[in-house]
Amino acid sequence: MSQKLFGNLQVVNIGLESFNLPFEKMNIPHVQVLWRPSLVVSSEAKNIISNNKEKIKAANELAISRLQKGRPLLVGMGNAIDVIPGMKKNLILHAGPPITWERMCGPMKGAVIGALLYEGMAKNEIEAECLAKSGEIEFSPCHEHQAVGPMAGIISASMPVFIVQNAEFGNFTYSTQNEGLGKVLRYGAFSSEVIERLKWMEKVMYPTLKKAIENKKEKIDLKNIILQALHMGDEVHNRNRAGTSLLYRSLAPDIVTVAPDKETALAVLNFMNGNDHFFLNLSMAASKAIIDPARNIKGSSLVVTMARNGTDFGIQLSGTGSQWFTGKAPFVDALYFPGYSVKDANPDIGDSAITETAGLGGFAMAAAFAIVQFVGGNADTALNYSKQMYEITLAESTQFQIPALNFRGTPTGIDVVKVVEKNILPVINTGVAHKDPGVGQVGAGVLNAPSEPFSKAYEEFSKHLER
Amino acid sequence: MFIEGKVVKGRYFDSVFLMKMARTVSEFEGVQDSSVVVGSAENIKILKSAELFLESFSEATGNDLIIVLKGVDGQILNEALLKALELMNPKENLSGKKNNEQTQSLESALTKLPKANLALFSIAGKYVAEEAMNALKQNLHVMLFSDNVSLEDEIKLKTYGRDKGLFVMGPDCGTAIIDGVPLAFANAVHRGPIGVVAASGTGLQEVTCLISNLGEGISQAIGTGGRDIKKEVGGICFLMGVEALMNDPETKVILLVSKPPHEDVMNKITQKVKGTTKPVIALFLGATKESLKETGIHYAENLADAAFLAVKHCNKINHSPFFDLEELKKVAGSILTRAKKGQYLRALYSGGTFCYETQLILNKLGVGEVFSNAPTAHSFKLENNFQSIRHTVLDLGEDEFTVGRPHPMIDFSLRNKRIIEEAKNPETMILLLDLVLGYGAHLNPLADLLPTLKEALQYVPIIVSVTGTDQDPQGRREIMKTLRETGIVVKESNAQAATLAGLALKLKGGAV
Repeated sequence: MSQKLFGNLQVVNIGLESFNLPFEKMNIPHVQVLWRPSLVVSSEAKNIISNNKEKIKAANELAISRLQKGRPLLVGMGNAIDVIPGMKKNLILHAGPPITWERMCGPMKGAVIGALLYEGMAKNEIEAECLAKSGEIEFSPCHEHQAVGPMAGIISASMPVFIVQNAEFGNFTYSTQNEGLGKVLRYGAFSSEVIERLKWMEKVMYPTLKKAIENKKEKIDLKNIILQALHMGDEVHNRNRAGTSLLYRSLAPDIVTVAPDKETALAVLNFMNGNDHFFLNLSMAASKAIIDPARNIKGSSLVVTMARNGTDFGIQLSGTGSQWFTGKAPFVDALYFPGYSVKDANPDIGDSAITETAGLGGFAMAAAFAIVQFVGGNADTALNYSKQMYEITLAESTQFQIPALNFRGTPTGIDVVKVVEKNILPVINTGVAHKDPGVGQVGAGVLNAPSEPFSKAYEEFSKHLER
Repeated sequence: MFIEGKVVKGRYFDSVFLMKMARTVSEFEGVQDSSVVVGSAENIKILKSAELFLESFSEATGNDLIIVLKGVDGQILNEALLKALELMNPKENLSGKKNNEQTQSLESALTKLPKANLALFSIAGKYVAEEAMNALKQNLHVMLFSDNVSLEDEIKLKTYGRDKGLFVMGPDCGTAIIDGVPLAFANAVHRGPIGVVAASGTGLQEVTCLISNLGEGISQAIGTGGRDIKKEVGGICFLMGVEALMNDPETKVILLVSKPPHEDVMNKITQKVKGTTKPVIALFLGATKESLKETGIHYAENLADAAFLAVKHCNKINHSPFFDLEELKKVAGSILTRAKKGQYLRALYSGGTFCYETQLILNKLGVGEVFSNAPTAHSFKLENNFQSIRHTVLDLGEDEFTVGRPHPMIDFSLRNKRIIEEAKNPETMILLLDLVLGYGAHLNPLADLLPTLKEALQYVPIIVSVTGTDQDPQGRREIMKTLRETGIVVKESNAQAATLAGLALKLKGGAV
């Protein structure tokens, strides 16, 4: 009836929310944009990236298709020195981007000392420290050796590791066995009980588990466990109770079959059963196995690594090779265990943000209502964390689903361009380490990745594109 | 003295929210000074000079928020800071509740509303050009409420838009009514045969309200932003608007409102309207009747006159209801009897066009020297905008008054303060004010304004012109009634109110 100047008016309102009032009254379709300025980057980089939108899109599509196809299987176990590429006697792998002994945080230094004691390369703390700073010991990120480690993420030569293979692409990843909570190496503890437990894990648990895994007719499909765990209230970063249970169920008969005696079988099963985070190291290795084939795709703005060493937070992009982009590791806005506060906390630490990088962890928070109170918040908060992450991801997982969002696929594949331009930083769901070695976990919470690594990566990424 | 503060990383709020928050925080018990700002380098400088700086602020960036409080009791400050931090959270809950209509980017908004055809921007000017260009690339028309966009960007956007057949209204376009839908600061008017193109925000609000109140209606009202009619922009949006109205079968009468366009733009407008048989009426504020000779365009003297002429061309009425001179003189006389002191007019406007129109009317009536922060050719520029001289007419929506605070149509605090100052000033004889209603404006204006007016009335008579309609959310009729009952002289158009004030000044001088 009436003439339409623009056609049937439908409005996107970017800014003052009060301008929606007439639209609400008159039933005019409208959407509010809660706008915020982009992260600070050069206009030159913005222009180049804007001019290459189509190329970036094509490269990202390839990267995502690889990510979606990944099929991580638990194929076996071995000692680090025998299976991890580049591993040697005097090399210690650690979480996060590269770092020198001098710049390491307390928990990481403690874990290095513990590893040197464990390897028998030092007799006591002082000797270990001297050795660590002598230059005889080399340090390198787990990520540069197809490995991942939670918290300090320390892997030394004789430690047993799980071997995960992405059946679709053939690539391998590695991670240690999870030690449980309390005084443990990954939180920087190195007392005799810590070393003894590690020795037990090497001498007793590892041979049994290795044989049990090898005993299975079909390799354990970790993707399958993770997608079931998501339906059971895990997000497989901060909550691994379902994942651990599923793994336990799968391995129990084989452990009983292969164990040298009943006591060993019982001890191994009890150890797994007593540690809700036993599956974490596998969800991490599985995440890395899924993402690694999406590395080194020219023109792709996909984030392939987010990792922290307790001092720096580092990321890597598919389109910029092995280069790290780092910023200060932030403190976690956490709920602290009784008796602890932010004053006791170490900055964010661990390779475990590989789960978020693969669309799990904080990105799948809407699947894990059971822990939202633990990390602070309510069910709505959890839903919003996941929903917001769709803004900065390239796809929705075709495998991992969130029941509470009508089985929508988890937000998958962080796009550095979206992160920078929308100024929405990835959300990471994590535990907090005490800043002093060996105290252990003091809290848990949710944090946003710092902006600096993403701004830097965006700038560098633009230099890899045609002007 | 203690200072407590915090850098909140990665949080962004629009300026209106920050100002509201700053105001609430400043009212906390034990807080003597405070600030809630984006952590930009400029703001850090300001905080340093205001002695509200803490070392930890140096790590803040333009993507962070700084909250800082100053007072004598550290404990109380600490609690106030926690309370302030909590204030930021309701917004999060709100977004949880209304999640279906909210997004965080244009891109995702378009996935929710794929047929969107207009993007309305009111974000900070320095960011808006880039975002507006994205909207144009997605084939959306654009309205830029935001100001502080460079002329270069305006030309770039408008040229790009024109080539794709897309409107770019603004920057600094306060109002428009598209297909009967009020956008930004606009009023609920009847629909009808009169189409408006205006480079003046309050001018557009005033004519559309007056037309609606006279029983006619608006087909489209297109705002262009004040700079559109300058030589550099070349009237891109203005000309697109005129053409759209010429082609629009619903539009029978075309009304143009702006300051006099640049000669080149004027020529283009004249050329363009030669192609229509529809009557075209123009109010080019400050232009002479002669300037429109041989253009075929009908000349209007002021906003009320423009509204009247437009309605007249729809064959609705023959005589202007606005300018019964005898009646106005009578009211002017009664105002004079209430004036106890002083000899000067002080006019405090929230609408820029009104400030300009009032000066033109006073200049023409010959009331003597008029001063303003935005003077006409016959007025004088105030040296200090906070110090009135003789007859002073102020636009409180100008930058020098609005830096760091919302527009005076939303936040009355600055004008209220000035109203009391001027009322008590022995030089002041009459106060003249505007009150703009409608969407976007203060939703309960009398709550904030009436106490001030009551106090001021003890010193001076007050004339208020009310711009709005009975359909506006505030309800014009009730507001005018309450103001009148308070003893205020209320006019339904600014031209009447200004004429009335001018006549009173002349009566005082014995000249009428």
